[in-house]
Amino acid sequence: MSQEQEYIDIFEQNRSLVEGHCAALLNKARGNAAARFKAAGFPGLKDEDWLHSNVAGKFAVNYGMNLGRVEVKADSRTLFTCDVPNLNTHQAFIVNDTFCAVKGNSKELPEGVLLASLNDVARNNPSLLEPYYNSLAKDGDSIAQFNTMFAQDGLLLYIPRNTAVDDTIQVVTLLQANVEMLSNRRLLVILEENSSASLLVCDHSSMEKQTLSTQVTEIFIGRGASLDLYELEETAYSNTRLGQLFVRQDSDSRFNHNGITLTNGFTRNYVNVSLEGCGAEASVNGLVIGDKDQHTDNRTLVDHKVGNCCSNELYKYILDDKSTGVFAGKMLIRPNAQHTVSQQTNRNLCLTSGAHMYAQPQLEIYADDVKCSHGSTVGQLDENALFYMQQRGIPADEARHLLMYAFAGEVIDNIRIEALRDRLHMLVEKRLRGELNHCKGCALCK
Amino acid sequence: MKKKDNILKKIANKAYEFGFVSKIKTEVIEKGLNEDVIRLISGKKNEPEWLLEFRLEAYRHWLTMEMPRWAHLDIPPIDYQAISYYADPLKKNKEKNKEIDPELMKTFEKLGIPLEERLALSGTAVDAVMDSVSVKTTFKEELKEKGIIFCSMSEAVQEYPDLVRRYLGTVVNYRDNFYAALNTAVFSDGSFVYIPKGVRCPMELSTYFRINAANTGQFERTLIVADDDSYVSYLEGCTAPMRDENQLHAAIVEIVVNNNAEVKYSTVQNWYPGDSEGKGGVYNFVTKRGDCRGTNSKLSWTQVETGSAITWKYPSCILRGDNSQGEFYSVALTNNFQQADTGTKMIHLGKNTRSTIISKGISAGRSQNSYRGLVRVSKNAEGARNYSQCDSLLLGDKCGAHTFPYMDIHNNSAVIEHEATTSKISEDQLFYCNQRGIGTEEAIGLIVNGYAKEVLNKLPMEFAIEAQKLLSVSLEGAVG
Repeated sequence: MSQEQEYIDIFEQNRSLVEGHCAALLNKARGNAAARFKAAGFPGLKDEDWLHSNVAGKFAVNYGMNLGRVEVKADSRTLFTCDVPNLNTHQAFIVNDTFCAVKGNSKELPEGVLLASLNDVARNNPSLLEPYYNSLAKDGDSIAQFNTMFAQDGLLLYIPRNTAVDDTIQVVTLLQANVEMLSNRRLLVILEENSSASLLVCDHSSMEKQTLSTQVTEIFIGRGASLDLYELEETAYSNTRLGQLFVRQDSDSRFNHNGITLTNGFTRNYVNVSLEGCGAEASVNGLVIGDKDQHTDNRTLVDHKVGNCCSNELYKYILDDKSTGVFAGKMLIRPNAQHTVSQQTNRNLCLTSGAHMYAQPQLEIYADDVKCSHGSTVGQLDENALFYMQQRGIPADEARHLLMYAFAGEVIDNIRIEALRDRLHMLVEKRLRGELNHCKGCALCK
Repeated sequence: MKKKDNILKKIANKAYEFGFVSKIKTEVIEKGLNEDVIRLISGKKNEPEWLLEFRLEAYRHWLTMEMPRWAHLDIPPIDYQAISYYADPLKKNKEKNKEIDPELMKTFEKLGIPLEERLALSGTAVDAVMDSVSVKTTFKEELKEKGIIFCSMSEAVQEYPDLVRRYLGTVVNYRDNFYAALNTAVFSDGSFVYIPKGVRCPMELSTYFRINAANTGQFERTLIVADDDSYVSYLEGCTAPMRDENQLHAAIVEIVVNNNAEVKYSTVQNWYPGDSEGKGGVYNFVTKRGDCRGTNSKLSWTQVETGSAITWKYPSCILRGDNSQGEFYSVALTNNFQQADTGTKMIHLGKNTRSTIISKGISAGRSQNSYRGLVRVSKNAEGARNYSQCDSLLLGDKCGAHTFPYMDIHNNSAVIEHEATTSKISEDQLFYCNQRGIGTEEAIGLIVNGYAKEVLNKLPMEFAIEAQKLLSVSLEGAVG
């Protein structure tokens, strides 16, 4: 029996169980997603978009799935005591795929802002989510369909018009189970006109058991709204993360994304930013530090559907040991997207001969009055710079660290929250020195 | 603006210069492809048994393959049974005497390729291939004195079977891709070049390809072997008549470069691109690859692609020998409804190998122009170095320019750089020229030629002038 069929069977046999726990809105999308997943199957290595990431094998493990919504006994307060010094955050937790409310959260969110369980809101206020849920992911690949088919809960962040959330909203996703675990998370973020927020999503897991999580995030940024999204992955070598991020931007909106992968096993992040209103601005950045046999695949599509938009992309990889990095970024400029300004940069450091880098920066341009460019490099640390530093009494190892740190710094400097930026500088430094396995912030890692 | 539009129209309506059809009696075999056809072709050429087997093996493999769909091209379905796989313009004459049909001579005269010793002035030896057959090779004797073999493939099979057998299919295996398998099964003619050890070829070798007969495909095969310490510069040009139906051209070029040898391969590709409505034109699906087997070997590809309705072509270098070098310089121009997906592959296998890629795409009209290139550095390729630059120029708002580079790096000592830009001719540049009394049409020609100069400079003199003319013919005024 094929793997796809196994999961389809699981879905069909447990459909009533799955749907019994979920809001009608979530259930409505399942049938179609299942059909599309059935037709497409898991992506294979012949699939251009999955050329270097053999994902089908990752699903072969006999995972447990919490379809019956067995409550996870976890007091998030004891699990995770944050963390970033001097950073006031509104916290929320997702344990596996279940939203956990935090009692006695330090701060009140502004009026009208919802930071809640996706399933609960979909049940109580379906009309709010109806126009949004699965409207972007429905055209996604078979992993997105797989997620839609099984997704039972996740997070909703809703910010009404003209509302600014000043403090960072921090969402911590934890993987916790005693067995091999597969979880399907769903995040939905809606920013109405002229609102603004910054969202930090931290992925944590320190399980030794194999885990796999699929995550579909749909973000809608209304006219004049602004969102900073920081995704930080500090999971374990046994973890597989398949992230899919879909963003729709209206006119004059701003989106700043930083995806940072510090510790992971097998990660594939897909970012799809669709610029649908004039004057929208998107900045998509990423940093990957890989060692052992970590595999990180970042795939981005910045889709300029209308003119006068601006996008910027910067991805950097530092690869050690036998780690593999994949970067495939595409900038698509549609026929009427005149006056687009778009730039993409990808720089990679390979530190050992076992490290592999696959880079595919791509431009697909159908409009003539545009300024588009991309650049990609693979190389090592500059020998001259190393020599210069050694000459001034800095030991070779230290010089190497300093240069790598500076190399990574370019991405981290895009982070607008000062406290987080400092924290990340520290984390990256520790990571580069091989001192960091865990964040030391949560009970799991302590 | 109005003036510019007029210029655009004028240029767009400019007829394809080489679109005439020659009335030459040509023997064309029945349409369709099967083992009997392959036996027939092989029989007509009086080929040895091993070559027939080689063809049949490729054909059987081809049957199991599907047309590649990954390119950024919209290829209409091709009926491979509706094509005639062999057309011989010499046939009738051969029976009478050994003289070349005067019509045939006229054809090549019209193309500006005098087959006679007039070429002595320009110092180029030419092998002219019409439809499936090599018509005439000039300067053969002079070259022979130096030990250089330059002849048609059919002749080489008869006269130098050992050499051909030793090298044929060693660079491009028939399993390589769909069109390589097809070509191996049905290839009709082409050029064979062998430069012996230590010989620097004293003149440029050139092949001129022309498809004349209707409903035929052209499947030529070129094999160039440069032995140790040798040098050769090889030129290739191609044209076809204007026909409403599409014609298929699926060629293979194999180049073997041994120790310290250097090969320079230049192409000006000007197959019929179809009319302004996108009707007709040549489908150009070509596999070109060079194997830099020797240490310090060098292979340089230069191409100017202005013709063909659809181009699918990736001249590649396998940098196997230590310190070997690969170069790829390309100007690809598409207009009207042309589509091009072209680029290169640089496979770094040896130590201290170097490669340079300079690609300049120019799109006008409703055309789609893509650069697709691969730079692979294998695990043992210490000290590999690559620099790639891919620029695209858009002339008009209905066309597309795309860049799809692939970098697979498996060695930490590699230094790989890629950069690409896309833009249009800026108003400032035009204004600057206009202000100095240079008309818009001329200014665009200047700017485009300047843009492509880096590549055009790499062409041998003969071709550089032709290429420059081609560019200005196809481009001037194309800014709408």
